[in-house]
Amino acid sequence: MDLTFITTNNSILIVLVSLLKILIVLLPLLLFVAYLTLAERRIIGFMQLRKGPNVVGIFGLLQPWADALKLLSKETILPTGSSKIVFVIAPMLTFILSMVAWSVIPFSETFVISDINVGILYLFAISSLGVYGVIMAGWASNSKYAFLGALRSAAQMVSYEVSIGFVIVSVLLCVGSLNLGDIIEAQRNLWFAIPLFPMFIVFFISTLAETNRAPFDLPEGESELVAGYMVEYSSMSFALFFLGEYANMILMSAMTSVLFLGGWLPLFDIAPFNYIPGPIWLMLKISLCLFVFLWVRATTPRYRYDQLMRLGWKVFLPFSLFWLVLTAGFLVYTGNTPNLY
Amino acid sequence: MVSLLKLLKSFFLLELLKGLSLTLKYLFKPKVTINYPYEKNPISSRFRGEHALRRYPNGEERCIACKLCEAVCPAQAIVIEAEPRPDGSRRTTRYDIDMTKCIYCGFCEEACPVDAIVEGPNFEFSTETRQELFYDKERLLANGDRWEDEISKNLQKEDKFR
Repeated sequence: MDLTFITTNNSILIVLVSLLKILIVLLPLLLFVAYLTLAERRIIGFMQLRKGPNVVGIFGLLQPWADALKLLSKETILPTGSSKIVFVIAPMLTFILSMVAWSVIPFSETFVISDINVGILYLFAISSLGVYGVIMAGWASNSKYAFLGALRSAAQMVSYEVSIGFVIVSVLLCVGSLNLGDIIEAQRNLWFAIPLFPMFIVFFISTLAETNRAPFDLPEGESELVAGYMVEYSSMSFALFFLGEYANMILMSAMTSVLFLGGWLPLFDIAPFNYIPGPIWLMLKISLCLFVFLWVRATTPRYRYDQLMRLGWKVFLPFSLFWLVLTAGFLVYTGNTPNLY
Repeated sequence: MVSLLKLLKSFFLLELLKGLSLTLKYLFKPKVTINYPYEKNPISSRFRGEHALRRYPNGEERCIACKLCEAVCPAQAIVIEAEPRPDGSRRTTRYDIDMTKCIYCGFCEEACPVDAIVEGPNFEFSTETRQELFYDKERLLANGDRWEDEISKNLQKEDKFR
């Protein structure tokens, strides 16, 4: 997928090429999202000794399309008391942000939509902005359930971003660059999941909280909040939220793969493994992470809210801070600090 | 010491790993789901499903309009009107069951002295309108003709317990 050979000054052509690149990323991504919903229902079904949706198409493969059609053909309801414009913008924001973040994810040595030097900061910033979609939805709905769900979600995402930040910093200490491509290159010999294993676990659990997944799915805790900030949404606006949420899951898995599982690097750099192209490796790693997402959802009960906050602030934060200092100390002691200049 | 062990146990996510390994095992276990429209559970010969009015082998309807079923019905779902037929025998002119009222208790079946009204094995009689669930005599007799084989088999099987 090397499209960099076009080095003409024709700006229209450059725009077209970028658009093409975006399409190449977004279309498979949306398909992935659609089939993630199916995979979730099937895998959780299997783990609960059920079969899951298997009637629409073989193995239920057409189920996502049936769901999409159903949502499209429904009426979009704007609640009377809602703030209409914000109400409509919120799901779009969530969806757009979850798509925009993909621009810095490297799919192979050469294929990145925009190879910027602060890639990881950009990712971090975009995933933090995701809170706004949730807050806007909760606020604009003018409904107590939506409002409480949004508050919870915002507090949760902010809390866990702190420990995610520390984890990212400790990875950066080992790499010495904010560029995602460099981060992957640095893992050529050893994936960071091995030396930084505790950080890897902290990061993964924090991403669960960040994407509002079980066991941290309190924002939509159906037993008390109906569906959290999405209560008042229907039809396509709901679908956008849904897609955005699942795209966020995939994004977080991609982030995990890039930071800890060596992104597009093959499992071993030997014959049968490095014939498989990078994007496929990345996809396999993302799928593995997503499987764990679903697996955890099928296993764990939901946290109580104070437990969630305790875990975030009193366990993960000191722990990641401790490991950050430990990593830094180790790097300095062994003289392995990355050469910055 | 005990609390330290507890702390370590929770710190290394031991319980969580145990749970995860259990769910992973379940992922590969055979599934208990029955693929309903294609597969069905066996049902008991005492199953109380859709009602049917039965006939004698010569085609004569069994019901003698004694109205015991109407009297016993706790939901008052049955309405019967009767008149002597030209040949002198006492038969119903109207036998309605409101299936939306019926609670499927099986009292009508037990009250019937001639095994005319029975609850058959059929449970797939959902309709799109409420009106379709107000069964009349014709519908009930048709049910009887349709399910007679299975109904008589079940009745024979349960005969010694009744």
